[in-house]
Amino acid sequence: MREYSAYTLLKNALSGNSDWKPAWRKPDPKPSYDVIVIGGGGHGLSTAYYLAKEHGITNVAVLEKGYLGSGNVGRNTTAVRSNYLLPENHRFYEHSMDLWENLSHDLNYNVMFSQRGCLNLAHTPGQLDEYVRRGNALRHSGIDSELMSVAQIKKLVPALDTSGSARFPILGGVMQWSAGTARHDAVAWGYARGADRRGVDIIENCEVTGFLRDGDQVTGVTTSRGEIRAKKVAVAVAGSTGRVMKLAGIETMPIESQVLQAFVSESLKPILDTVLTFGMGHFYAAQSDKGGLVYGGALDGYNSYAQRGSLPLVEEVHSEMLALFPSFASLRVLRSWGGLCDMSMDGSPIITTGPLPGMYLNAGWCYGGFKATPASGWCFAWTIAKDEPHALNAPFTLDRFQRGILIDDKGQGATPNLH
Amino acid sequence: MSPRRATSGGLIDRSRSIRFSFDGQEFTGHPGDTLASALLANGVTLLGRSFKCHRPRGLLAAGVDEPNALVTILRGEAREPNIQGTMLEIYDGLKVVSQNRFPSLGLDVGAINQLGGKVLGAGFYYKTFMGPVIGPLKGTRFWMFSEHFIRRAAGLGKAGTAADPSRYERMNAFCDLLVVGSGPAGLMAAKAAGEIGKRIILAEQDARFGGSANWSDETIDGQPASDWAAATVRELARMPNVRVLPRTSVWGYYDGNTIAALERVTDHKPSPRRGEPRQRHWTIRAGTVVLATGAFERPLVFPGNDRPGVMLANAAERYAAEYGVMPGEKIAVLTNNDGAYRSALALREAGCQVVAIIDVRAEISETARAIAVRTGAEILTGRAVTATEGGKKLHCIKVQAFDAATGQISGDPRSIDVDCLLMSGGWSPVINLASQAGAKAEWNERLQAFLPPKDTDGWVGAGGFNGTFSLDAALSEGFAAGGGTDTGLLPATSSDDLDIAPAPVFEIAAKGKAFVDFQHDVTSDDVRLAHREGFQSVEHLKRYTTLGMATDQGKTSNVPGLAIMANALGKQIPEVGTTRFRPPFAPVTIGALAAERYGEIRPERLTPMHDWHVENGATLYSAGLWHRPMIFGLPGETVEQAYVREARTTREAAGIADVSTLGKIAVQGPDAADFLDRIYTNMFSTLPVGKARYGLMLREDGLVLDDGTTWRLAEHDFLMTTTTANAGKVMQHLEYLLDVIWPELKVTLTSVTDQWAGASIAGPKSRDILAACVTGTKVDNETLPFMGIVHGEIDRAPVMICRLSFSGELAYEVYSGAGHGTHVWQALTAAGKPFGLVPYGLEALGTMRIEKGHVTGAEIDGRVTARDLHLDWMLSKKKPFVGSMMMDREGLVAPDRLQLVGILSRDNIPLNGGAHIVEELDRDNPHGSIGHLTAACYSPTLGQYIGLALVKAGKSRHGQRAFISDPLRKRFGPVEIVSHHFYDPEGKRMHG
Amino acid sequence: MIITCPFCGPRDSSEFVYREEGGRTRPDPSSTDQAAWNAYIYERVNTAGDHEETWQHSGGCRSHLRVLRNTVTHKILDVTLARETGKVEKPA
Repeated sequence: MREYSAYTLLKNALSGNSDWKPAWRKPDPKPSYDVIVIGGGGHGLSTAYYLAKEHGITNVAVLEKGYLGSGNVGRNTTAVRSNYLLPENHRFYEHSMDLWENLSHDLNYNVMFSQRGCLNLAHTPGQLDEYVRRGNALRHSGIDSELMSVAQIKKLVPALDTSGSARFPILGGVMQWSAGTARHDAVAWGYARGADRRGVDIIENCEVTGFLRDGDQVTGVTTSRGEIRAKKVAVAVAGSTGRVMKLAGIETMPIESQVLQAFVSESLKPILDTVLTFGMGHFYAAQSDKGGLVYGGALDGYNSYAQRGSLPLVEEVHSEMLALFPSFASLRVLRSWGGLCDMSMDGSPIITTGPLPGMYLNAGWCYGGFKATPASGWCFAWTIAKDEPHALNAPFTLDRFQRGILIDDKGQGATPNLH
Repeated sequence: MSPRRATSGGLIDRSRSIRFSFDGQEFTGHPGDTLASALLANGVTLLGRSFKCHRPRGLLAAGVDEPNALVTILRGEAREPNIQGTMLEIYDGLKVVSQNRFPSLGLDVGAINQLGGKVLGAGFYYKTFMGPVIGPLKGTRFWMFSEHFIRRAAGLGKAGTAADPSRYERMNAFCDLLVVGSGPAGLMAAKAAGEIGKRIILAEQDARFGGSANWSDETIDGQPASDWAAATVRELARMPNVRVLPRTSVWGYYDGNTIAALERVTDHKPSPRRGEPRQRHWTIRAGTVVLATGAFERPLVFPGNDRPGVMLANAAERYAAEYGVMPGEKIAVLTNNDGAYRSALALREAGCQVVAIIDVRAEISETARAIAVRTGAEILTGRAVTATEGGKKLHCIKVQAFDAATGQISGDPRSIDVDCLLMSGGWSPVINLASQAGAKAEWNERLQAFLPPKDTDGWVGAGGFNGTFSLDAALSEGFAAGGGTDTGLLPATSSDDLDIAPAPVFEIAAKGKAFVDFQHDVTSDDVRLAHREGFQSVEHLKRYTTLGMATDQGKTSNVPGLAIMANALGKQIPEVGTTRFRPPFAPVTIGALAAERYGEIRPERLTPMHDWHVENGATLYSAGLWHRPMIFGLPGETVEQAYVREARTTREAAGIADVSTLGKIAVQGPDAADFLDRIYTNMFSTLPVGKARYGLMLREDGLVLDDGTTWRLAEHDFLMTTTTANAGKVMQHLEYLLDVIWPELKVTLTSVTDQWAGASIAGPKSRDILAACVTGTKVDNETLPFMGIVHGEIDRAPVMICRLSFSGELAYEVYSGAGHGTHVWQALTAAGKPFGLVPYGLEALGTMRIEKGHVTGAEIDGRVTARDLHLDWMLSKKKPFVGSMMMDREGLVAPDRLQLVGILSRDNIPLNGGAHIVEELDRDNPHGSIGHLTAACYSPTLGQYIGLALVKAGKSRHGQRAFISDPLRKRFGPVEIVSHHFYDPEGKRMHG
Repeated sequence: MIITCPFCGPRDSSEFVYREEGGRTRPDPSSTDQAAWNAYIYERVNTAGDHEETWQHSGGCRSHLRVLRNTVTHKILDVTLARETGKVEKPA
């Protein structure tokens, strides 16, 4: 009874739900694998899934130091979009979008990808032109984007202050209708189950403590559950990249780990049916199917591995929220949390072979890792399987910083906390 | 309507009545009542509907742990959803409605979900709604169709769209000791610390100080505990070093002992007094925090435990003792510990009939038995409740023999008619704040509870928080936490010495739905399903079943959920782990967090001449934080007509613009010239005193940071100008270099943006206008050549004038002290009148700079190099400068980079910034972008629509035809790519 | 977090701006060692633990501070003025 469907749901209900099997096995690690993926988050799991599905490589272990999906895949605001400025990002994130659209079927797991749109609000004429530039860039890459008038925005999101008397009046917005949200945990679990069904070993509570080396060549890892050898070792550990790379003797990376807070309000009847961003700050919000407003703002702005945020940022995020939604003042925030963002030097990711022989690296996701999950795993699996990048991730090299071939969507330069 | 007010008792004021309405029906209560106690006193036992299955629910708890009784408060147009009835004090005119029901609380069609039964088990939605793989509902469509209905069924209260008219306040406070919680332990801590002169803040989340003293029948210092508490609070309030904060929920424990608290200042009043906010957001920096937050009683998990009428034993005790309300007439108690016996007695004394005390333990203590005898109840040990009956209201329980060691149920069920069942599954210390502070909880086998660790440097615990449940010990711990040393000062108490350590029984597993998380309808079967499917770690359990994620954040459900999972795994509870608590402890009003920033999230920046602009017909628009004139339109003019007129008049006669927003930095000191050489790409040490120079700055990574002119006022005194948008960023960049990298340089930097008012006066008549009003200096070409600086006066105000041009005309920037700005501006406009001077706004300014090919922030977007902007000539080869080693990297000199070009509209239709440029036009499938327009205007000089653009290999494309492709604004059409120097490329006019 | 500015005393972290990881060496302005420049601009140690970093008291005296702070606990261990400990590779 492995397929999920309305039929199996009903059938199981009749037998008291006692026949359901674990979504994934809990195997002990084998002494060796073809590929080890370090990191049982969204990207690591999707990498394992696509290694098995697309490349027939099933002798794979995913090593997770805590519980599966304990990193950013379970700590984000669930937005999925591809509305970037630069063509390198268009191609990559649009591939992700294509995968998202069929992901529930592909995984036989409802990841609840809901294409309810992502609207970027503009507040000055200059900003509107900037957003239109980006929207047009998307259209020229074959991605949907449209300009919305204040009247259209008001109709879509009646709770917004569109009176024009706000400190930053809304002048218009640019909408990507194909964007939306997905159920974050389901993405991790769906990929885990999908990979497991294809033979991948998912090993939780297994912390990597070092790398096995033969000269420069990486030949495996030491872990809290013993030595495990592998022909190829792939690293997909997001905010822990610096820590893990140090275990391999690589002392510096073009990455800073910073904390990003997110919030959820008490559950409400539907009031916000799209993903929405504020142009004069970093505020963004959506409403989950359970009814909670899920929202966040800027990074706290300093290096952190603590998964805990600071109070000034809490105040800032909520101030920005009310700048858009004066009626939300009487609502209440229920929960907050912090995730570790692996901020790269140009705000774009790294998916590459190396930097050591036998090693493969996937990192630098900044704010944007969740939406990238399918394409990240897909491209990383390709890179691991073929020992060279796919055209989609070829620009996301590790040496692009030194060479000045930057993919700087926000134009902020080597200032990670501003991306 | 059986529950009712007891004839006496409670801490309410029976002499006065309060009228309020619930779901449109009028009720009365007394001062001191919560909505929950008042409704209960009126016999209302159905208060809410659960989230998923819309099951009818009554009160489970009496405080901040209540999961069921959520209501929406109506205040005029504004709505406050999801307020716990147990935390809401009633006031005259209070209007509340129930939630998550249609059409009414009693008859809710959503209850049909209950028929879904086991189909709607934990995580069912992950397994279905995926829809067909092909056909019209493929992809995400079927899910989105289903989701539409799910979203409408889900959700609790309804938010409004009318702005919240309430005022919120913020407050900062500092103290030696913050005491959180005012039960006996907290009060004792505050008293001890207060008496030795420490600065104290005492915060209590309820309206009434005293915590457990308010419902306990014990005595402290020879008086009833509640009297002792009230007297102690009065005493504390009189101390000058103590601040007492009732109705204040301490919700966040942040780094550096920074504590966040929410004070509900006037939520309990019909209308706030003048000046009173609704709520106050406190940021408290505390030397030490005393956590005296007590403990929450846990429910037991058994079939039918969610029926209205089943409540926590201590909650019932509180309703009776604190509010004088009898939660039922015929009461039974189900417990695994001695504590519930005290609750039973309290209800007996309030006038209820206690029918039976059902204890899952085979043996009970003598003390407990003695109390049970006093209640008159039948004592049923070694038994448990295995079912409850009654639709929306309990009327009967089924009791069977139960083996606490094995969990086995045996024998025939016995029915007992009751209208209220009290349950107690032991106590969980409220360790949330300690957990937020980073403390790892430790499992205590005796108390069957997670306790905080000892010894931290930021906080100390006291009382129930520590798992200390006896009154004497709680007082003694509080005393020590407050720094008290002479234990002789501790008050004497009378207490019954009940040991509340429970039997390790969390669930009575029998047939039927047994609830763990009441609000989210998570049952014990759901927990077991999660186990079966491998969602076994505490976080997976939580996320898969949504246990503990409701508005009460699992205050009553976390430990029972863990216990059931541990049992399924055959492990001990601590092996399953505990979830880390995160802020807030209890939901926090968003308006309070944003207090005093409401509607004014950022400062507004206005130039010294702002009022003049407004009075003289300027249309303003915002640029960052600034408000700047866009046009000075005449009646009937369109924006385009206005800026074209302004620009044309400026080029033909003269115009004046406000440039006060430019960033201005005084760079002073013996090494100032050296410093400027390091940070600009071009030389400044060679600049003579009394002259200005255009400068370009790169970032460390070799891309363009900013541009502007810098004026040498004296040997060691420079005035740097930056673009408006980058003023702050440039200042930070320079300060960093000076302070961190080159501290040996003797230079100081001062931001003087706000100290100088700037007026740019441009056009062929500008020199004549200055000559007509400037005194103290000549302004002829010899005295004031291009890029020269003079000092003089305009209408007695000192001014500094630099001859430089953004517009390409003969032009000057006139700087005066900000206080003289409007005066000088008016003098200039008066002097200019005979010459036809007009004020011009940003649109005309932009038009003239586009004609001239000057760049601004639209082009300097953080991705361009000096070469991209054809500013290579500014890159000195004689010296290193910031960015010089990075600017020649391969990616930054690639031939296909976007480069600055000019664009001519070839269809005589306006162009817009943000449009893209393509070689082949395809309106239906736009593709092949080679760049984009950064700025556009109608050029009065050229008589056509023009723009600037960044285009791939743009320099090599001059003279080529291309197309504008702007699908977002549906503008397509032919253009020509030309040089960005549209106008007077040799600069004859400005040098003239 | 509360940062004790050597000039201004203990202040809330909201008065400060995190500038960057400290302990990095900016090559001498005239250095043509491209690798050293690349490392200065793009490479970070990103320590999990005691971390040297530069903050600016932007809402106060505007001094840059060298802060030793634990990135796991957020405990601040030491604060000095950056200009007194500035790490600059002096020309030989």
